[in-house]
Amino acid sequence: MAEQDKVILHGMWASPLTKRVEFALKVKGIPYEYVEEDLSNKSPLLLKFNPVHKKVPVLVHNGKAIAESLVIIEYIDETWKTGPQLLPEDPYKRSQIRFWASYMQQVFESLVLVIKSSGEAQEKAIKEVSEKVKLLETGLKGLFPDGIPSVDEFSKNVTLLDLFVLAHFGEYEAQEEVLGLKLIDTDKTPLIVSCITALIEIPAVKKSRIPHEKMVAFLKSYREDALKSATA
Amino acid sequence: MSRKERSMEEVKVIGFWTSPYVYRVTWALKLKGVEYEYQEEDIWNKSDLLLQYNPVHKKVPVFVHGGKTIVESGIILEYIDETWPQNPLVPTDPHARAMARFWIKFVGDKMRNFQGFFFKRAGEEQIKAVKEAQEYLKILEDHGPEEKKFFDGDNIGMTDLSMGWLAFWLEAMEEASGVQVLEANSFPRLHAWIRNFKQVPVIKENHPDHTRLVAYFKRLREMFTKPATT
Repeated sequence: MAEQDKVILHGMWASPLTKRVEFALKVKGIPYEYVEEDLSNKSPLLLKFNPVHKKVPVLVHNGKAIAESLVIIEYIDETWKTGPQLLPEDPYKRSQIRFWASYMQQVFESLVLVIKSSGEAQEKAIKEVSEKVKLLETGLKGLFPDGIPSVDEFSKNVTLLDLFVLAHFGEYEAQEEVLGLKLIDTDKTPLIVSCITALIEIPAVKKSRIPHEKMVAFLKSYREDALKSATA
Repeated sequence: MSRKERSMEEVKVIGFWTSPYVYRVTWALKLKGVEYEYQEEDIWNKSDLLLQYNPVHKKVPVFVHGGKTIVESGIILEYIDETWPQNPLVPTDPHARAMARFWIKFVGDKMRNFQGFFFKRAGEEQIKAVKEAQEYLKILEDHGPEEKKFFDGDNIGMTDLSMGWLAFWLEAMEEASGVQVLEANSFPRLHAWIRNFKQVPVIKENHPDHTRLVAYFKRLREMFTKPATT
């Protein structure tokens, strides 16, 4: 690829969708410039680069913009051959990874519902997200017919789905503290836990870990704002 | 198994005749000259087989190749293109490829906004819903093909197949609900694209019968827009 590659990522530090893309760039060792967006006051550049959705993440590569995290990550994987291949060569395996990567969106939306609700509505949302996480764990199991890979095996064969799992559940301890909800543990979701444990050891990922307190503070305030506006 | 050997294995598509998502898949197979067996599924009375094949989403299309199952039309299209590379549907340029995937996701995510008008009775709500549909269609219009015939260039590709809904289904919904949404004056590019798309031999010879589709949509409308009975 061109020597003068200019890569800019517009994102929001706490957003799992932004994290998905950041992890992809980091594990592949792609240098990039990061622009933090204030979602209540979006920059003119963001509106220019993602006029359709006006959302993050947006990747700008040599002036060309790409939006939608999964689309961005497939683009990254096709354009830079350094680091792990985030999608395998086999068409069937690719389809399975794409399927569960797409399913993550549903898991994510369910989890957001839990964060933003209380009482009966929250109980219903908790039931829903628990079922979806269970299904996700089953789906992931299907991708590893020989059993849970070792930490070493995981890090050597990182796929974009693994990065998604890390992006959404990497901060599960903060989620637990704020919601009092244990979605991820070694009994119920051993594969998800192994995936996270393995991936956070990757140096580029380890360096960029968000401090627990910062994540807790963010989730608390996000939840408070949502509950306030729900009753306003 | 080599890719060549894999490509010779049996292909089966489970679908329902009114689904534009199923047509995306069968169009792709026909464009590539791939033989397949088609099985009609009644989505209003789902079989155990469908629930077995697609336990997560319980929807059509379901694509089965050499005993392996794939669901989600966008994912199926990519698999088809990777397995049978002749007459490629996915753009080769990575940025064009990303744009194709972006638009496919957009159409999928916003289908509710495009089709909302159809489920409304005449009145304020319907007017509002038509306006909303037109806002989203305007986005497609603005990014529609200008110099080229198709979204994917000189030949149809994955993006065009995913826009197929505009070509046959929207007009049937308009007729069934008595509402015009895609006016020719406001959407010249999309109208031109629809004309060109319908002329492609594989498309021309493979689409739901208009009259039958309108009748189906009329029944659907009656089912889902009953006035409240309390």
